[in-house]
Amino acid sequence: MKNIWTIARRDFMAYFTSPLAYILISLLLLITGYMFSQIVFGFIQHMMTYQQFNMGKPVSITEGVIQPLFGSINTILLFIFPMITMRLIAEERKNETLPLILTSPITLMQFILGKFLSSVLLISVMLALTLVYPIVLQVYGNPEWGPIVGGYLGTLLMVSCYLAIGLFFSAMTENQLIAGALTFGASLLFWIINWAAQSVDSTTGAFLNYMSLISHYQTFGTGLIVSSDVFFFLSFIAVGIYLTHQVLDSYRWR
Amino acid sequence: MIHASNLTKRYADRTAIDGLNFEVKKGEIVGFLGPNGAGKSTTMKILTGYMPATEGTVTVAGYDVFESPLEVKRSVGYLPETPPVYKEMTVRDYLDFAARLHGVEKQGLRAAIDRAIEQTHLGEVQGRLIGNLSKGYRQRVGLAQALVHNPPVLILDEPTVGLDPKQIIEIRNLIRGLASERTVILSTHILPEVQATCSRVIVINQGRIVAQDSLDRLTARLQQGKTFNLMVRNRSSQALEVLRSIPGIKSVAEAPQASELVTIEVRPEATDIRDQIIETAVKQQMGVLEFFAEKLSLEDVFLQLTTTEETV
Ligand SMILES: Nc1ncnc2c1ncn2[C@@H]1O[C@H](COP(=O)(O)OP(=O)(O)O)[C@@H](O)[C@H]1O
Ligand SMILES: [Mg+2]
Repeated sequence: MKNIWTIARRDFMAYFTSPLAYILISLLLLITGYMFSQIVFGFIQHMMTYQQFNMGKPVSITEGVIQPLFGSINTILLFIFPMITMRLIAEERKNETLPLILTSPITLMQFILGKFLSSVLLISVMLALTLVYPIVLQVYGNPEWGPIVGGYLGTLLMVSCYLAIGLFFSAMTENQLIAGALTFGASLLFWIINWAAQSVDSTTGAFLNYMSLISHYQTFGTGLIVSSDVFFFLSFIAVGIYLTHQVLDSYRWR
Repeated sequence: MIHASNLTKRYADRTAIDGLNFEVKKGEIVGFLGPNGAGKSTTMKILTGYMPATEGTVTVAGYDVFESPLEVKRSVGYLPETPPVYKEMTVRDYLDFAARLHGVEKQGLRAAIDRAIEQTHLGEVQGRLIGNLSKGYRQRVGLAQALVHNPPVLILDEPTVGLDPKQIIEIRNLIRGLASERTVILSTHILPEVQATCSRVIVINQGRIVAQDSLDRLTARLQQGKTFNLMVRNRSSQALEVLRSIPGIKSVAEAPQASELVTIEVRPEATDIRDQIIETAVKQQMGVLEFFAEKLSLEDVFLQLTTTEETV
């Protein structure tokens, strides 16, 4: 555990020695901030129309604000995270620092877990900063905290699956851009894989639905934490980390 | 301290090292000497547990590299050909990381880093970013990294490559200074480097060990003088007598194994007298068929080595 932390700590600090982390954090806050204001504005208008003219249906803050807010955070993270993960291992290979790691008394798995942990930590920092939105809601209204907590947990788990995909591709090549592009492609695929569920036979459709990350996220947004979904996310991460290990281990045998 | 037997490494398309056997005792400084592509780096990567061997075994400090890699890695400090440094870190932070990686305990960290910085004379630059340092400093940072956990075994792959003469002398002094308490293996393709630092040399060429001995004895072997083989149709004793009279010739003998062969030994101090030998043989109407030098494989290797210390 100490070894994992040694790796994660260095890597996490490395994010902040380049402007990249600051740029990504600013982007996330700017775009989600803009979306949040639009969501809230739309919600208020809707409620005012309902109250004044009794038109439409009443919408809860959860449905009207919180769920769309997490939807936008998730979408933006999907675009941002490849830039976080692409350097993880590719950069070590390019700069020839892997010999230091691989001749240190730590295991390859500890190294990979440390790398993974550092990216999870950075995403956690980003998510923590988006807490300003629920806090604003708390000041001006009375949101339900169940869906908020669920939304954060679900987002963290789902994005961690992306990070595992990114880690894997970062181990495949020493070219960071290729790693980033493959990561983005693969995670987009896992995001929309269930779109085809209707047009194929029911078994395949069920499988595609099961493999879709977003379908496992849905219930978190309502404040429910379903253990089978948590299990799916954790298994997905475990498979990603295992494959990364296999890829790196195979290099040593060439 | 280090024991390698039948060490072999095959890459996809070539055999890099082929059945190496050697031993390094505690406290020795051993030089791996060989031209580029000889297999020095490959051997070191296997010794450090960076890469598994295709065949053969290595034990370092009593542990098998393949079976107990973590124990071996704890006992070894390794400087690869390219110093494995993170350019965006300061020297001090980097050494802190390297020390933690090698299991230096928290309370000992500060002292370990200070000692490594002092040994490699990095005091003035310890707060600078490694990316902003010159090549010589980076090399020293790499060396400090190998030293920071105070390992009993040091494995240094071409530690002075790319340094200026002053830095080279510094690094060599440093390595010699470390030696009394440690076992050191360093690789080089520069002959004077082993002269300056090593107590023993393992000469390797094309993946095989050509010789291992003290440098003095190796050079003595090279300077034993040359042997030439002369193939003739007619080796009359009179002609041989004339050959013997050429100054610089030590002996001329009829080789028993072939009726046409004459072996000629030349004194080491003699200047090149090949012209005279051939002229004499022709004048004596010996009917020269062939004339060639008998080569020591060691000499082959030495010819490919860098023998002068140019500023790189
Ligand atoms: N990763 C590799 N894949 C294939 N061949 C390699 C690899 N690394 C080294 N070699 C080959 O193995 C031989 C020995 O290389 P190396 O150990 O680097 O020699 P040295 O360090 O003595 O210059 C060379 O012929 C080199 O081309
Ligand atoms: Mg080499």
